[in-house]
Amino acid sequence: MKLYLDNAATTPIAKEVVEELNKQIKNYGNPSSRHKLGKSTKEEIEKAREKIAKFINVKPGEVFFTSGATESNNWAIKGTASTNPEKKQIIISAIEHPSILETCEAMKKQGYKIDLISVNKEGRINLEELKNKISQDTLLVSIMHINNEIGTIQPIEEISKICKEKRVLFHTDAVQSFGKIKIDASQIDLLSVSGHKLNAMKGIGFLYIKKGTKINPLLNGGGQERNMRSGTENFLGIVSLKKAIDLKRKITEVSKSRERIIKEILKIPGTILNGSEKGACNIISLSFYGIEGESLQMLLDEEGISISTGSACSSNKLSASHVLEATGTDEFHLNGNIRISLDTLKPLTKKEEDFLIKKVKENVEKLQKISPIKFKETSNNK
Amino acid sequence: MINTNYSKKVIEHFSKPKNIGKIKNADAIGELGNPTCGDVMRIYLKVDKKTEKIKNIKFQTMGCAAAIATSSMITELAKGKTLEQAKKITNKDVADSLQGLPPIKMHCSNLAADALRVAIKNYEEKIS
Repeated sequence: MKLYLDNAATTPIAKEVVEELNKQIKNYGNPSSRHKLGKSTKEEIEKAREKIAKFINVKPGEVFFTSGATESNNWAIKGTASTNPEKKQIIISAIEHPSILETCEAMKKQGYKIDLISVNKEGRINLEELKNKISQDTLLVSIMHINNEIGTIQPIEEISKICKEKRVLFHTDAVQSFGKIKIDASQIDLLSVSGHKLNAMKGIGFLYIKKGTKINPLLNGGGQERNMRSGTENFLGIVSLKKAIDLKRKITEVSKSRERIIKEILKIPGTILNGSEKGACNIISLSFYGIEGESLQMLLDEEGISISTGSACSSNKLSASHVLEATGTDEFHLNGNIRISLDTLKPLTKKEEDFLIKKVKENVEKLQKISPIKFKETSNNK
Repeated sequence: MINTNYSKKVIEHFSKPKNIGKIKNADAIGELGNPTCGDVMRIYLKVDKKTEKIKNIKFQTMGCAAAIATSSMITELAKGKTLEQAKKITNKDVADSLQGLPPIKMHCSNLAADALRVAIKNYEEKIS
């Protein structure tokens, strides 16, 4: 049995999307060309834009296609920084995606002050701390909607209200939430999305920019996307995104599956759930006592189960997950984590769930036998 | 996540490690590493007092595939050797015996060689 359970990393392109791509592939014209072929491609793009805008309750003119959320995140920060040069403070959560963190590191080198808002053990940001940190100097607040590692859902409506009151721009990285939970972006200033997390193609995404927001383009050139994002449009990517939002996602079944998997795997002594039971319906981050994540990931890979881990040994900087550090994960659980992320289009069958649970239990046991660090049940850690 | 291309030998020693476990009444124990880094190795020794040869050696490791494989390999390399010979086993010996390690994982072979030396040092301090 082969189980692909790394959907938070990327998803398979849905068969309905492939069908749509096959239909549209004949529309190869450059959307900027004046002839019929170009115009018909442009028309399809505008249809997609309208549909996507409606999906998040915004205007089509506020949706700008990009190569994905990394570009959108870079653009949101760098584009607003250059139009508001007097504002030199950026506020983000302690658990943002590297495309936000590294962009902020780059801004630091240009003299920007970056403030990280702390999170509690479930990964939720401290709203009081956020309120207190906002100042006259704040360019932008950027807080991701759903965390990719542990699935924590942030209260973006409340954050948006706080930012509105304080008259500061609010950006959210909605990569893990778009298409999975309903989003009303009309009260937000900027929002990033990547298509490949919801069964569309890789290399496509968008940045939603609320009308009236002062922002410079990141890419200059031929003037596509109303002069805001030059570069010949990724037409097939856009088509794939338009189709992907139409697909029926089995959120209830996937949530039930998640519940069961968590309940069963938590039976292994010393195991903890990272994030919260109320987190994203498809993300399960678990830490096992006294073992290391990469070795568990490899053993599961040998069994045909694809998952990921945030352990230090599996990162290219040999540093543990900044998300698990921010939530205060203890040293015996910090590196023993795996992330199982489910496909919202195709819930697991009971047989597949059983297989996953069995193999996780077997292999965690195997590694715990090899480890010198043994879990002792006390009244404190029951 | 990085893409680690491990050799066949590493995968062998990772999937079926040799000499796992504790030694009751061990003559010496050496432990290195820390959970925060994700690597902890503990080596148990049983030494023949007359010949100073390592009669029995076992390990317990919390760590990535390379950590487990290097632990397993070092116990194989050290078994039956004298303490002097065992002290001379280098991380390069461990890595070479495993048909090489990805550069980013070489530190795991360091840990194995050092953990063995800590165990030997503890033994020598005990008997002196």
